[in-house]
Amino acid sequence: MLRLVLQRLGFGGLTILAASVLIFVGTELLPGDLASAILQNTATPENLAEMRAQLGLDRPAPVRYIEWISHAAQGDLGVSLSNQRPVADELAPRLRNSFFLAGFAALVSVPLAVFLGLMAAIYQNSYYDRAVNFFTLMTISIPEYLVGYLLVKYFSVRWQIFPSLANVTSETGFLERIDLTFLPMLTLVLVVVAHMMRMTRASVLNIMASPYIEMAFLKGLTKARVVVRHAFPNALAPIIAVIALNLAYLVVGVVVVESVFVYPGLGQLLVDAVSKHDVPLVQACGLIFSCVFILLNLTADILGIISNPRLRRPR
Amino acid sequence: MRVRLYGQIVPLPAMIGLVIIAVNLFAALFAPIIAPFAEADVVGDAWAEADWTYLLGLDNLGRDIFSRLLYGARLSIGLSLLITMLSFAIGVIGGFTAAIGKGWIDSSLSRIVDLVLAMPTLIFAFVVLSVMGTDLGVLVVTLACLDSVKVFRLARALAVNVSALEYVEVARLRGEGLWWVITREILPNTAAPLIAEFGLRFSFAFLFVAALSFLGLGVQPPTADWGSMVRDYRDVIALDLAAPFYPAGAIALLTIGVNFVVDWLLAIQSRGFGEGA
Repeated sequence: MLRLVLQRLGFGGLTILAASVLIFVGTELLPGDLASAILQNTATPENLAEMRAQLGLDRPAPVRYIEWISHAAQGDLGVSLSNQRPVADELAPRLRNSFFLAGFAALVSVPLAVFLGLMAAIYQNSYYDRAVNFFTLMTISIPEYLVGYLLVKYFSVRWQIFPSLANVTSETGFLERIDLTFLPMLTLVLVVVAHMMRMTRASVLNIMASPYIEMAFLKGLTKARVVVRHAFPNALAPIIAVIALNLAYLVVGVVVVESVFVYPGLGQLLVDAVSKHDVPLVQACGLIFSCVFILLNLTADILGIISNPRLRRPR
Repeated sequence: MRVRLYGQIVPLPAMIGLVIIAVNLFAALFAPIIAPFAEADVVGDAWAEADWTYLLGLDNLGRDIFSRLLYGARLSIGLSLLITMLSFAIGVIGGFTAAIGKGWIDSSLSRIVDLVLAMPTLIFAFVVLSVMGTDLGVLVVTLACLDSVKVFRLARALAVNVSALEYVEVARLRGEGLWWVITREILPNTAAPLIAEFGLRFSFAFLFVAALSFLGLGVQPPTADWGSMVRDYRDVIALDLAAPFYPAGAIALLTIGVNFVVDWLLAIQSRGFGEGA
């Protein structure tokens, strides 16, 4: 098992490295380079060359890549083009906000999804089960902003229960923060919960077809007990994988939700940076998003290996 | 009432889905004929109420929302179709080549695809857009390339199964070329799952393009497009107006329709052909 885990870790590290290369190549080697992106229409051959020298773009790309990635590894992510501030300073509070929102959503959605999924497996083919199926199809089809704006329309405009803008600052207290981020959290939960629920149901039902489950039934156990005690533990690996995938989605999917609720998170920063062509900032955001995404997937893989009893003993 | 299509019973959700898709395609194709006004024409006061002339009211600049929705269908649907088709062209050719070529072609292509799959696509789209600007051509090519790795996975898996069958071997022994084997033996026998996948990938591309436009990074004004319309109208949520819900609802409706049809297609496959007749 250790070998498998180490293998996965190695692959994860390689993937992060490849992602950083892709991000770098994506911004540096495309026809419009950084200098012409900054100068836009005012570019002349002379000031273009000067800008390139100033940014160090006249040196070969591999050299600049090594420099960028080694600085990034030490926490120095360069300087923002739009306001000349260090990128790391811009990122830190935004990153905390994004993690807060994604974590809040995960805390609510994961237990809810696992519980509802188990219920759907227990009451298979009932009206409840069919409702779950239909609901899942709806949530993968309806874009986040529609869900978000519907919530705003009713919860904050009509009934005025929750605020429509999640404008938190570093001074916002914990309870107020919960109140402000309630609607964004609810949006994210509604978007991810159905998928997790359906996968929980599917993996439990998959296990339910095996002979030892039939044996458990023949012993006279109730359906609820069979599902919870016999099927669920064995279905854990795929469920964990789905949860991690959805958490990874939460971290990336916050981009749209943050925009709906004008929440000062990493996603908003990324979108602003893209529209301002602030390349160092985009690179840094991209790197962080990719790392979180890859690490969550890696965690899922490893937890899947650990939770699978068949892999626990070396062959 | 039982409706049949190619010998298959069409269940109610799939029926609804097909109607939604047909209506949307019709609106997109004939927008200039159906629409009462042009997409950028200012015809009255901003946020004028809906009446029989202006079916859904007027928008922030006094343009007819209904007409803009019709025109918006063209770009929203057209772009996503283009992306999906390009992505399928790359993915299917790559996947089939890998499955038939085996050896180093297969292993190197599969490694690259595994790497790309382990990364968040949205983020790469952002990185490319930040440098290239919001150019629709760049957008289409980038999204198609990122999407094609998922098509590659499926196409390869399907082709590996099919190419192990006797008739493919017979064709190769007969001395048929690679292209002939791909187009005449493998493609017809993998078409059904690929069509379902096409629907699924289309709905993802469609939501993706709409999300980019919503974030202000996709289609630029004054061209009408559903995602950017939601963005333009979102401020009036506070006034309790329905305007942003029309384009957002249109996006959701089409995606639901496509997913209904995809569900049906997948159900047919898992049941096997001929049984539904």
